[in-house]
Amino acid sequence: MAASSAALSLPKVFRPVLGLGRSGNPAKVWAAAASCRREKSTFVPPPAKYGGRHTVTLIPGDGIGPELLNHVRELFRFSCVPVDFEVVNVNSSVATEDDIHNAITAIRRNGVALKGNIETNHNMPPSHKSRNNLLRTSLDLFANMMHCQSLPGVQTRHKNIDIIIIRENTEGEYSSLEHESVSGVVESLKIITRYNSLRIADYAFRLAREKGRRRVTAVHKANIMKLADGLFLQCCKEVASGYPDIQFDSMIVDNTTMQLVSKPHQFDVMVMPNLYGNVVSNVCAGLVGGPGLVPGANYGTNYAVFETATRNTGKSIADKNIANPTAMLLASCLMLDHLRLHDYANMIRGAVLTTMNETRLHTADIGGQGTTSEVVQSVMKNIQSGGPLTTEQI
Amino acid sequence: MICLKRSAPSRHLWKEGLISSICTLVSRVVGAMKSQASHPRTFSRGLQTVTLIPGDGIGPEISTAVMKIFEAAKAPIQWEERNVTAIKGPGGKWMIPTEAKDSMDKSKIGLKGPLKTPIAAGHPSMNLLLRKTFDLYANVRPCVSIEGYKTPYTDVDLVTIRENTEGEYSGIEHVIVDGVVQSIKLITEEASQRIAEYAFEYARNNQRASVTAVHKANIMRMSDGLFLRKCREVAENFKDIKFTEMYLDTVCLNMVQDPTQFDVLVMPNLYGDILSDLCAGLIGGLGVTPSGNIGANGVAIFESVHGTAPDIAGKDLANPTALLLSAVMMLRHMGLHGQAKKIETACFDTIRDKKVLTKDLGGNSKCSEFTGEICRRVQDME
Repeated sequence: MAASSAALSLPKVFRPVLGLGRSGNPAKVWAAAASCRREKSTFVPPPAKYGGRHTVTLIPGDGIGPELLNHVRELFRFSCVPVDFEVVNVNSSVATEDDIHNAITAIRRNGVALKGNIETNHNMPPSHKSRNNLLRTSLDLFANMMHCQSLPGVQTRHKNIDIIIIRENTEGEYSSLEHESVSGVVESLKIITRYNSLRIADYAFRLAREKGRRRVTAVHKANIMKLADGLFLQCCKEVASGYPDIQFDSMIVDNTTMQLVSKPHQFDVMVMPNLYGNVVSNVCAGLVGGPGLVPGANYGTNYAVFETATRNTGKSIADKNIANPTAMLLASCLMLDHLRLHDYANMIRGAVLTTMNETRLHTADIGGQGTTSEVVQSVMKNIQSGGPLTTEQI
Repeated sequence: MICLKRSAPSRHLWKEGLISSICTLVSRVVGAMKSQASHPRTFSRGLQTVTLIPGDGIGPEISTAVMKIFEAAKAPIQWEERNVTAIKGPGGKWMIPTEAKDSMDKSKIGLKGPLKTPIAAGHPSMNLLLRKTFDLYANVRPCVSIEGYKTPYTDVDLVTIRENTEGEYSGIEHVIVDGVVQSIKLITEEASQRIAEYAFEYARNNQRASVTAVHKANIMRMSDGLFLRKCREVAENFKDIKFTEMYLDTVCLNMVQDPTQFDVLVMPNLYGDILSDLCAGLIGGLGVTPSGNIGANGVAIFESVHGTAPDIAGKDLANPTALLLSAVMMLRHMGLHGQAKKIETACFDTIRDKKVLTKDLGGNSKCSEFTGEICRRVQDME
């Protein structure tokens, strides 16, 4: 999409604030976007392109991150994907925040990143903030998108799940604003703002429309947190009124988790604040087969960071060649889609899904005996058997 | 408490000191004995009075069902029925009727059916009122898979213990400026200590092997960090029980993949709310899940957590399983394990047989038929 429409898109967010409904003109813009081959709407592909090759920041992280991202690099090299990685290491054990700020600067420069999870030692004092959270808030990656789809080759209790979860990524319970008023009494603030709630609701409805989804469910606890979640719910309702073609309903979070484990097929697109998003996305990831299968994406107005959906470090299985590379490989495909390299994305995605569903080469977490490298080799073999991408395709 | 009277004036100060130290020692021993005996209590003879709050909707019919089954089992329980409605006391504070409060204070054990929460009634929910009145700080929900009621999850056997007074549900919220709302999550040392101690004691009294603290201290460093610290401190006094810590998201992820790895879970209010309902969903929903609330001063109220189901109220279609299993939990709390086992087995056998089941369990029998079947089995066990 042209840069001008990206600039136009920002003021559109304020329309619901002024109480104006969606007029015909934005509908035309959205229709044009929807007709465009890929989704993710108004985000401009990043400018870091030199000689036809994109530069993407790579943050290895801890645990299984480094080995999985090495496999991604290996695969990209094998498939001749025109992406170069700028590796920025973040050492989670030091107290200074220089490393993470370097990473943030690199992402600002390149616009896109692929990252592993950075471990947070929760026994450190509160001044040592979560590096992942710092990254998300500094770059204002307000939307976390996770598409949970059952893979036919993976054995799970529930079949044919297809849920998109959109989680507000910057505020809510993750504001990291805490204080000890009196010794032994701690207060933690959960912040909900109208601006961010409208923004995430708008994102959810736009995504639902682009992907042709019928229903958006807001998850909340407004019966107890009447003001905070009440505001979130109200914003969702306001945005919903501008999308009459999409059904909107809401559900309380404890009922949601109960329904997810008994009748998950009733859900389509779900939108929620930060903490409930954490819970619901992990429940859904568990339903479709575990943390090794689902990719996640964090989108901001100007930046995008891709990682596994459940953000696990996987310390206990690090460097043992048993981690499931599927989630990270699919996340790299999401990244390629964001860079408009759709053919490479489809090629790799198809190869990964063939390995999962037809070859059925599974790692230990989904009940198989394959190693990480065996799975990656199988993916490469599938790519090779597909033949090279011709210039018409690229 | 025995107290030796000291003669005054005494010429021998050392004698005074000796007598006072004996006094303190005796009172300490008696106090220790009392606290040891509070959970579980044994009522070896005579009837135990229990305050019964039937509730609204299907409440009265399922309460009648439970009373009938207890009668068939010859359980030594004397029911005292009371109703709770919100009345405005002196000073404008909402409270429950005095008869109900007095009955509970005397009997210390309560069984409660579902209470409706009217919208815009001007008063807080009845459940909240009861919680505040009796300082019900721990919500205990054992989730055990019911053989005969099939769900995708089998072999679930865990207990969620949730802190019920503070945390995210403190109700302290403000609009800072227009469009910015702040909600305060309150964690105190005292409440965290109390719930951790209860969790470990419960584990010990019910022969559970491990206790897992569920938290999000990577993000909420100070609040969940305090909760975690208190759990660790209490764990030091219970070396026979394994203590682990796990992030909330990891628990959710693993729970839906393999619930058998969990035993007793202890956590603050919001996480407890979500996880206890998640676990209820694993075993079949709120219609078959028991629940107990433990308060300070030895008060305990056991309840069914489903709604009042006004659409089927009075039609003899309700399923009394949730209230019955809560009553069984109550018997165990009182130390009447034999009776509890008998009634529980009768209930599970009826469900496993699948001949007489209420509509929500997949059959088409009436509530009275289901109750009658359980009564028959209980009597056959004599």
